[in-house]
Amino acid sequence: MKSSGMALVLFACAVFCVLIGCRREDRILHQPPPGNVTLDTVQVSGLNPGANPLPAQSVPNMYQESAYAVSEGQRLYEQYNCVGCHAHGGGGMGPALMDDQWIYGSEPANIFATIMQGRPNGMPSFRNRIPEFQVWEIAAYVRSMSGLLPKDVSPSRTDEMNVKPSEASTPRQAPTGITGAPGARK
Amino acid sequence: MTDLLFADATRMLAGWWAALAFDSRLEHGRHAILHPAGPEAGRIEWLYWLIFWISLAVFVFMMGGYTITARRNLSRVSDRTMVIEDEPGDKRSAWFVGIAVGITTAILFLVLALSVSAGRKVQDVPGNGPIAIQVTGHQWWWEVNYPNSEPDLRVTTANEIHVPVHERVNLILQSGDVIHSFWAPNITGKRDLIPGYSSSISFQVDTPGVYHGQCAEFCGLQHAHMGFSIVAESREDFDAWQRDQLLAAAEPTDPQAVRGKQVFLTHPCVMCHTIRGTDAGSNMGPDLTHIASRPRIAADTLPNTPGALGGWILDPQAAKPGNHMAPNSLTGDELQALLSYLQTLK
Repeated sequence: MKSSGMALVLFACAVFCVLIGCRREDRILHQPPPGNVTLDTVQVSGLNPGANPLPAQSVPNMYQESAYAVSEGQRLYEQYNCVGCHAHGGGGMGPALMDDQWIYGSEPANIFATIMQGRPNGMPSFRNRIPEFQVWEIAAYVRSMSGLLPKDVSPSRTDEMNVKPSEASTPRQAPTGITGAPGARK
Repeated sequence: MTDLLFADATRMLAGWWAALAFDSRLEHGRHAILHPAGPEAGRIEWLYWLIFWISLAVFVFMMGGYTITARRNLSRVSDRTMVIEDEPGDKRSAWFVGIAVGITTAILFLVLALSVSAGRKVQDVPGNGPIAIQVTGHQWWWEVNYPNSEPDLRVTTANEIHVPVHERVNLILQSGDVIHSFWAPNITGKRDLIPGYSSSISFQVDTPGVYHGQCAEFCGLQHAHMGFSIVAESREDFDAWQRDQLLAAAEPTDPQAVRGKQVFLTHPCVMCHTIRGTDAGSNMGPDLTHIASRPRIAADTLPNTPGALGGWILDPQAAKPGNHMAPNSLTGDELQALLSYLQTLK
């Protein structure tokens, strides 16, 4: 009786482990075509009109739970030429992405807004150029570059020359910057 | 026992017939080793038939032997059980078995030697052919470049390899992502495309025509839809084709096509595709400068008709789930304009 109870507990644990691992390899092939999603209420600066800050908007990025989506983000980061300015995270013409400095915020919604809207001094707007789901995939990959994603979804290898440890081996860089995480501002 | 053997025999023969019938059912032998279009494929076909006839002879001989032996023994043994007994003919049988094993080994060695020699003949690269073509495998399409020392004389196309007949062609094979394999069975054997490495295969096509090729190394979700065609044509046709391909895209004049060009340039198309002569210059997807000159789209998967092309643009994941082209949202007017522009890209 006791051993069968133990077996049941072990079985439940195994099922639980399998279930929590499910989303890692989710491959959603049929994605929506580009819509016109805007995230205008994302807080991207420490400056604030009026006394009360904008309500912090927490938009979850479902794509950062899937290793497939993050690796797609890695591929698109190359192919859409993000590497042209940001290199493989070390920066160049554009700011580094593998460090803890986030000028316009480190939350998925902030990165999404940065890619869609563009930013001063060179970052172009990719609205109507890249479908939203791919922007979310790239945003997920960008977060993995500074170790902000769990290791099991971060890419563990790259197709490029290995000039730095893979995203999965990058230690977590706690985000700092003017905005930090929405809602966490002083 | 004989019943079983006959069942086996019938099944094998049925298998052969099925293979032959399937082969001849393909349109004009578009993808068939039994319709060789050049010396390399001819050599492979010759080897195929040699092995086929040897196998058939061995098969008939064995079946005949089994039948005769079984019938003789069955008539002698009344209770239909196997009886093993010493017979004066055993020594003679041992000799016979020894000779048979010897002949079998000799035949196997002969076939091995011939297949090695055919393999060498097919895979040998006799220096650089006069025509070098660079083929790059991508998930899941083929990029085709005709290198030239003059950069403005380089031709780039996709999923379609034009070659002149009766001339040696040297393919330089590379991969942009994972391992693929080039296989056009009417023309020659297979050759892998390996990332970070350049392999080559050389062949000659003697019969003009359009031959189908296919990726032969599993490379991901749409491996099965990674086809290409080899268009073998006369030297004059080949030169004319090359001259046409060198031209930049013609400026559209029809108002709808003019609008279509604007649609192309203001939508995500430009993130991946090139149309030479416009601002679109990304090389992530196939070059579309002369897309209307290609009879098929999506790596030999769909016909290049306005309907198929329109469906492909709106929802590429329906035809090839997992491919790297993203869906598009266009209004009906925008799509019609875009299609009429793409049709001008001859």
